Amino acid sequence: MTEAAGHVAAGETLLAVERISLRFGGVTALNDVSFDIRRGEIRAIIGPNGAGKTSMLNVINGFYHPQRGAIRFHGENLARMNPGFAARSGIARTFQNVALFRGMTTLDNLMAGRALKMKRGLFWQLLRHGPALDEEIAHRRVVEDIIDFLEIEAIRRVPVGRLPYGLQKRVELGRALAMEPELLLLDEPMTGMNLEEKEDMCRFILEVNSQFGTTIALIEHDMGVVMDLSSRVVVLDYGRKIADDVPDAVKQDPAVIAAYLGVAG
Amino acid sequence: MFYREVGQYRTSYRADMAIFPILQDRIGLLVILAVAFVGLPLVGGSFFLDVVATPFLIYALAAIGLNLLTGYTGLLSLGTGGFMGIGAYACYKLTTWFPGVDIVVWILAGGFAAAAVGALFGLPSLRIKGFYLLVATLAAQFFLQWAFERIPWLYNNNVSGTIEVPTRTLLGLPITGATATPVTRYEVALCIVVVLTWLASNLVHGRIGRSWMAVRDMDIAAELIGIRLLPTKLLSFAISSYLCGVAGAMLVFLWYGSAEPSVFSIDLSFTILFMVIIGGLGSLLGAFLGAALIHVLPIVLRGVPPALGIDIASSTVEHLNLMIVGVLIILFLVAEPFGLARLWQTGKQKLRVWPFPY
Amino acid sequence: MHFLYLVFIDPFVQMGMAPDLLAQTLWEGLVSGVLYALIALGFVLIYKASGVFNFAQGIMVVFAALTLVGLYAAGVPALLALALTVAVMFVLAVAIERLVLRPLVNRPDIILFMATFGLTYVLVGMGELVFGGDTKQMIAKQLYLPSGAIDLAMLGGRVTLQKLDIAAAIIASVMVAALAVVFQYTRIGRALRAVADSHRAALSVGISLNQIWVIVWFAAGIVALATGIMWGARSEVSFALEVVALKALPVLILGGFTSIPGAIVGGLIVGLSEKLFELYWGPLMGGGTEAWFAYVVALIVLLFRPHGLFGEVIIERI
Repeated sequence: MTEAAGHVAAGETLLAVERISLRFGGVTALNDVSFDIRRGEIRAIIGPNGAGKTSMLNVINGFYHPQRGAIRFHGENLARMNPGFAARSGIARTFQNVALFRGMTTLDNLMAGRALKMKRGLFWQLLRHGPALDEEIAHRRVVEDIIDFLEIEAIRRVPVGRLPYGLQKRVELGRALAMEPELLLLDEPMTGMNLEEKEDMCRFILEVNSQFGTTIALIEHDMGVVMDLSSRVVVLDYGRKIADDVPDAVKQDPAVIAAYLGVAG
Repeated sequence: MFYREVGQYRTSYRADMAIFPILQDRIGLLVILAVAFVGLPLVGGSFFLDVVATPFLIYALAAIGLNLLTGYTGLLSLGTGGFMGIGAYACYKLTTWFPGVDIVVWILAGGFAAAAVGALFGLPSLRIKGFYLLVATLAAQFFLQWAFERIPWLYNNNVSGTIEVPTRTLLGLPITGATATPVTRYEVALCIVVVLTWLASNLVHGRIGRSWMAVRDMDIAAELIGIRLLPTKLLSFAISSYLCGVAGAMLVFLWYGSAEPSVFSIDLSFTILFMVIIGGLGSLLGAFLGAALIHVLPIVLRGVPPALGIDIASSTVEHLNLMIVGVLIILFLVAEPFGLARLWQTGKQKLRVWPFPY
Repeated sequence: MHFLYLVFIDPFVQMGMAPDLLAQTLWEGLVSGVLYALIALGFVLIYKASGVFNFAQGIMVVFAALTLVGLYAAGVPALLALALTVAVMFVLAVAIERLVLRPLVNRPDIILFMATFGLTYVLVGMGELVFGGDTKQMIAKQLYLPSGAIDLAMLGGRVTLQKLDIAAAIIASVMVAALAVVFQYTRIGRALRAVADSHRAALSVGISLNQIWVIVWFAAGIVALATGIMWGARSEVSFALEVVALKALPVLILGGFTSIPGAIVGGLIVGLSEKLFELYWGPLMGGGTEAWFAYVVALIVLLFRPHGLFGEVIIERI
């Protein structure tokens, strides 16, 4: 994986959302939320159901456009993001409900993730033999590395629609990794997994972060995972930010406890 | 036990990514090509070539075109007849203006006109999705059909409204028009179809094919990984319409010999769509299988009763044909929605382990 | 310049110069609009209750008309033939539910839609086989439908209203009103609405999906029969009607797929605009524009509102 020659050094702010407000008709999904994500860290976004976590990721990705606020990425201020631009800027994403291409195999899904990096035009694609095939093979090598890394060799040629949920999530992670992203957004990557699968997933996430330097923002419900993996945590509740600190501090924050367990008495 | 891959190791990515990685498949393909190029013309008579083989090739090409659009990219279209017509009329005008140029060049060029129009009618596909897009393609179909009738310039102001195919030669042999023999027309059609199928196959197995399937399966996710939706969809419309346009030009120049506007009607659109559905959406092989089944079926139906000594009126046969096709469609959708191509694949799977059950 | 005049000014001048012709055209457009609406109504019924887009609705119209006329030609008295045709449509509904819908339950909508393509071909083939492909006359007189016309002297000229058309408009309105009442106020109507909302929820409260589907397809069959009678009486009964029925699609785009009043509004818009365009702008283009005008209008509407004029916008939840 290449080191981005970007102007953001490790530890500096890679992406910041500033005063984001998002409304759907009468429902306020996000209310004046600001936080930042630093290069090289693993940032967790947590909160009870309906807190607006997925909406936040969707805003960062460009699916939802906030009514107010801005996104600062690579030092540039953007009023709104759009999905294509996010992809080209190095932001990759997985979804709560697994957004894989069900008609295609694992291998094809991962190769699809290389779409942005494949340059050969229509003419060479029509011929296939020659530059287009060379390009395919080069990218196949990269994808095989990812398949190796995620230990999914056995299901290379299985149509992903047939895979069990846990494996689908792994393949989706693979597709996101195939984009060689700077920033990886993971929406509940561990949901529906048993303990072993969760441990594997944690291992992958940590390795991606440590080996490739990928910045990660993840939404997760499992507190154990959050505490173990992340360097900083943002807590949302009813669309507002109620805490933003290191895991240990957040764990003991009374506002956070109240949000999850309800106020006593 | 003859369809075994044992011992065939693929030791490089290049070998693994070949379109026919199994040796037996490659041999099979060569056999089919040999039969097609040499065997059939030797054995089949003029009737077979003119009524079965050449039309089959033409329908198969159109079915491949529609399959790229509907099967691979998921864009439902009933405009196929109209796009085929554009190819035919474009070729006709081109050869009228430049009669000295090789007709094959114009057949291939006619496709580009169809591609341009196809891309134009594909523009709405960015905003309009799924079933609603079907109505947009119907607009294309009905408008084009109307244009073929009402724009006299298209058919060189011929009083009857039809286009007559002039005699054109290739390497000294007449290949279109009244003097062309069935064999020459068949071989020309075969060459065109083989080359275009090869190109389509290359596209489908590479980056572009994947981007189409991604758009079909979940366009939001496709956007997210950086695939640009409009260019991808437009390319699909353009290439699909190109193939349909060439098929249309071939239909007039290498098969019918003349054409009325009513040839390129909504019925033709439906016929090709049924070939694609029965053959299997998203499969090039399926286009051939579907074309074979739907084209050959009525011929068989017409031939079987006399062979058995039963007397059936020809119109009855036509009606039975419609019903059988309709029933087949429902049957396939119920039992094997991926069409004949999937049945073929399942058959090959069984063949791999034969004579063992699994 | 002259071209601009021809397109933007002249047609209106013509309209003003012969208001009686305008009124006549409006009336004709209204009547054909009502008939389009009836076909669209059949679609809406089935779509509302089962989520299936029944492409075969058009051929059901032809099939119903053919059955009626065929029975009469075979010697059955008119009213009895009518009753028998109703029975045939019921049998058809049961057969479709049993052989097409049930095996395909839970499949994606596109599969069901394509199955109705297959159904169309089966019905076309069967219709031609049993009744022959030549055109036939609708037995309008025998069904006590009025004939003749009413001439109104108005607007400086004459406007002729065919009594049959008036009857058609009335019958169609009665049908629509009846269906609307049934949907809204009866037990069956409630069940239909429940099924349209969610198959599973309806099942869990004990509504029999199979029964509902038979009822709905039967109702659509009745509507098809009425449409076939009206349309056949105005022109003739032939398979060309099939293609005309395709025009219900733009009607549905305009009126929405799930709205009964929407089908009416859509039908009227399509019928009126088609006839007006053909009469006043058609000559500029060589005529015959009715073949595609409705579709182009639908296309333009879709460009601005991708879910149709009154369609529900579905927000995809990721």
